[in-house]
Amino acid sequence: MTRRGYLYFGIMASLLLIVGFGQSWNVALGILNLCLISAIMSLGVNIQWGYAGLFNVGIMGFTALGGLTAVLVAMPPVAEAWAAGGRGIGLSLLCLAATVAAILLVRRFVAAHWRFWATLAVLAIGLLLLSGIFAPAVERIEAVNPAHTGYLGGFGLPIVISWLLGGLVAAGAAWLIGKIALGLRADYLAIATLGISEIIIAVVKYEEWLSRGVKNVTGMPRPVPYEVDLMERGWVVGLADTFGADATDAASVLVKLSYALLFLLVLAIVLWFSERALHSPWGRMMRAIRDNRDAASAMGKDVTWRHLQVFVLGCAVCGIAGAMLTTLDGQLTPTGYIPLRYTFLIWVMVIIGGSGNNWGAVLGGFVIWFLWIEAEPLGNWLMQTVTLGMEDGYWLKDHLIASAAYTRLIMMGAILLLVMRFYPRGLIPER
Amino acid sequence: MDDFLNAVVLLTNFVIVPATAYGAQLALGALGVTLIFGILRFANFAHGELMAFGTMITILFTWFLQSAGIGIAPLPTALLALPIGIAVTAALALVSDRMVYRFYRSRRSDPIIMAIVSVGVMFVMAGLIRFIIGPDDQSFADGTRFLITAGEFKRATGLGEGLALKQSQVLTLVIAIAVVAALFWFLQKTRAGKAMRAYSDNEDLALLSGINPDRVVMITWIITAALATIGGVLYGLDKSFKPFIFMQLLLPVFAAAIVGGIGQPVGAILGGFVIAFSEVTITYAYKKFITYLVPENWAPEGLVQLLSTDYKFAVSFIILVAVLLIRPTGIVRGKVI
Repeated sequence: MTRRGYLYFGIMASLLLIVGFGQSWNVALGILNLCLISAIMSLGVNIQWGYAGLFNVGIMGFTALGGLTAVLVAMPPVAEAWAAGGRGIGLSLLCLAATVAAILLVRRFVAAHWRFWATLAVLAIGLLLLSGIFAPAVERIEAVNPAHTGYLGGFGLPIVISWLLGGLVAAGAAWLIGKIALGLRADYLAIATLGISEIIIAVVKYEEWLSRGVKNVTGMPRPVPYEVDLMERGWVVGLADTFGADATDAASVLVKLSYALLFLLVLAIVLWFSERALHSPWGRMMRAIRDNRDAASAMGKDVTWRHLQVFVLGCAVCGIAGAMLTTLDGQLTPTGYIPLRYTFLIWVMVIIGGSGNNWGAVLGGFVIWFLWIEAEPLGNWLMQTVTLGMEDGYWLKDHLIASAAYTRLIMMGAILLLVMRFYPRGLIPER
Repeated sequence: MDDFLNAVVLLTNFVIVPATAYGAQLALGALGVTLIFGILRFANFAHGELMAFGTMITILFTWFLQSAGIGIAPLPTALLALPIGIAVTAALALVSDRMVYRFYRSRRSDPIIMAIVSVGVMFVMAGLIRFIIGPDDQSFADGTRFLITAGEFKRATGLGEGLALKQSQVLTLVIAIAVVAALFWFLQKTRAGKAMRAYSDNEDLALLSGINPDRVVMITWIITAALATIGGVLYGLDKSFKPFIFMQLLLPVFAAAIVGGIGQPVGAILGGFVIAFSEVTITYAYKKFITYLVPENWAPEGLVQLLSTDYKFAVSFIILVAVLLIRPTGIVRGKVI
C-alpha cells in the first residue's frame, strides 16, 4: 500500500472515532461491523471485476445464498416437520438428481436426431414424478406450527461454520451459473447475472419449507454472548463504572466489539489470500486476460475456464459475507434483499476504492458504507436547513423532511459518476 | 360446444388479453433499450428508472389536471398529461447524456464502462423519483375502467365464463401500435431516421458521409424517453405505479430486447410478446381450462401450473439464457436497426 493509502485509512479510522466520541460508541461500532462485511463483499466483486473484468450484477443472489446457509446451519431442526415431510423432500432431491443424471445420459448416448425429444420426455417424466412427491411434502412441512416454524429448520450447528459453508454454497451455485452464462459477451453476462440473482431471491422468498420465506427467520443463534447475560457479569458492571457508562451500553458495546473482532479476522484472511493471489503468476495471468483477452487466449490460456475460476472465487467471498451479514442481523428477511443495496452499492464501493486493488476495495467498502449510513443525518440536516425559512405544516417542508432519506441514493449516484469521470482509477489505484 | 367456448373464453380472459397488454408494454420498454444499444452501444441499466421517471412526471401532471377538473371523460386523464411527461423525461435524458454519457462517447470508452456509468445514473434517478413521489403505490387511473365487464359478457353470450376487457388493456394495444407504426415510419422514411440507421450500422462511414452524430444521439434519446414514458404510463394504468416495480421490469425488458435480437426494433417487439406470453402461459394454472375440455371424471386434481407465479422472473431469464446459448443473435438476427 502506498503512503496515500495509509492516509485514507487513517482518515477513515478518525471518522469512525469522531462518530464514536460525537454520537455514541454503539453507533460507531455498528457502522464498523457493516463496513467490515461490506469490505469483504467488495473484495469479492474486486476479484471478479478488478482481476478479470467480469461484470457480475448478481451479487445480491450470492449474498442471499450465504444468508440462507446461515439459517440452514444454525437454526435448530424442527423434528415434527422432518417427520412430516423430511422423507418427501429427500425423495424429491433424489428424483431431481436422477432426472439430471438421466438427461446427461440421454444427451450423451441418444442419437442426435432424437436427442431433443428424448431430453424433453425425460424432463417431463422427471417433473411429473417430482410434483407428485414434492408438493405434498411441502404442504405437510408448512402445516407444522406455521406461526412459529412451518419449515424444516437447520442443523443446529454453531453459526460460524455457516460462514465457510455459505462460501461453499455460493461457490457451487456460481459454478453452475458460470457454466451457463460465462462466455457470453460482457453486457449479456451482466443481464444474465441480474436475472439469476432475482431467481435466487425468489427461491429464498417463496420456498417456505426451506427458508420460512417472507415470514422471516428470527432469533438466530449467535457466535457471541447475549447482552442480557453480559449485563449480569460483575466484570462488565465494573468496566462500565470505570468508563462512567451504564451496564446496558457497556454490554452492547462489548457484543459489537466481539463481532468486529471476528469480522476483522475473516477480512484479514480473505484479504491475505486475495493479495497473495493477485501477486502470484495466476493473478498476473488474470490481469493479462482482462487487458487483452485475445492475446492471452493466443498464448494458450483457457480464458473461459479461468473466468469460471475467478467467478466462483468471487461469488464464494460474497457468500461468506452474506452468511456473516445474516449472523450479525440475527435474522433472515428475504424481502430486504434489493439490488440497489446488495448489488449496485457494492459496485460503487469497488469503483470508488480502486478496481484491481484489494486495499482499494476494502477502503471503498468502508467509505461507502460510512457515507450510506451518515447520509441520512446529513440529508436530514440539509433538509432542515433548506426548509428553515418555511412555516411549520407547509406541505413542501413536510415533504422535504420526510424524503430526506432518499438523498443517499442521489449522493451514491453522484459519487459514482464523479469518480468514474475524474478519478477513474479510484482512491487507491491498481499498481 | 359450450364447454369448448367456455374454455376458449377462459383462456382469452386470463392469458391472451393480459399477456398481449403486458407484451406491448414490454415491447415499448425493449424498443428503448434496443435503440440505445444500437446507437450509443451500451446496455442502459437506468432504463427502468427512466420509465419510472416519465411515469412519475405524468402522474404529477395528471393529479394537477384532475384537481383543476380538466379531463377527457371516458379516457384516463393521464393521456392528456402524457406529452408533458415525455417532454420532461426527454429533457432529463438529454441532460444525463450531456453531463454523463457524452464524455465517454467522445473517448470511445468500453461499453462496460458505459454500463457502469449508467448504474450511477440509475442511482441518481432512483433517488430523485423516491425523493419526489416517495416509494409507495400511487393511483392515477381514472375514466372508464372496463369496456366489457365479465358480467355483461356472460349475459350477452349466455356462457359460464366471463370475458372482461379493461380500458387500459385496449388503450395499451392501440397506443403501442400507433407508436410503433410512427417509429417505423420515422426510421424508414425520414432523413433523420435514415441517419440513425446508418449511424447504427457503421459509425465511421456515417460520420464520413456527413451525418451529425450529436443530432443522431439527441434524437435517439428523445425517442427513447418517449417510448419509456409511454410504456411506463401504460404499465402504470394497467397495473399500478410503484417505483421499485420498474427496477424489476428491467430484467424482462432486457430479456425482450436480447431475445428479439438486440439493436433490432422488430426484434424488440417480438421479444416483448415472446417474454410476456411465456411468463403468463407458464405461470397460469390450467386446471379449470382442462376441466372444460375433458370428460367429467378426467378432471385434474392439481392446479396444472407449470411454474408458480412467484417465479415469473425465472421464465424471462430461462428464455434469455436459452436464446443466448442457441441463437446468440436473437430471433431477428443482427446488431443493426
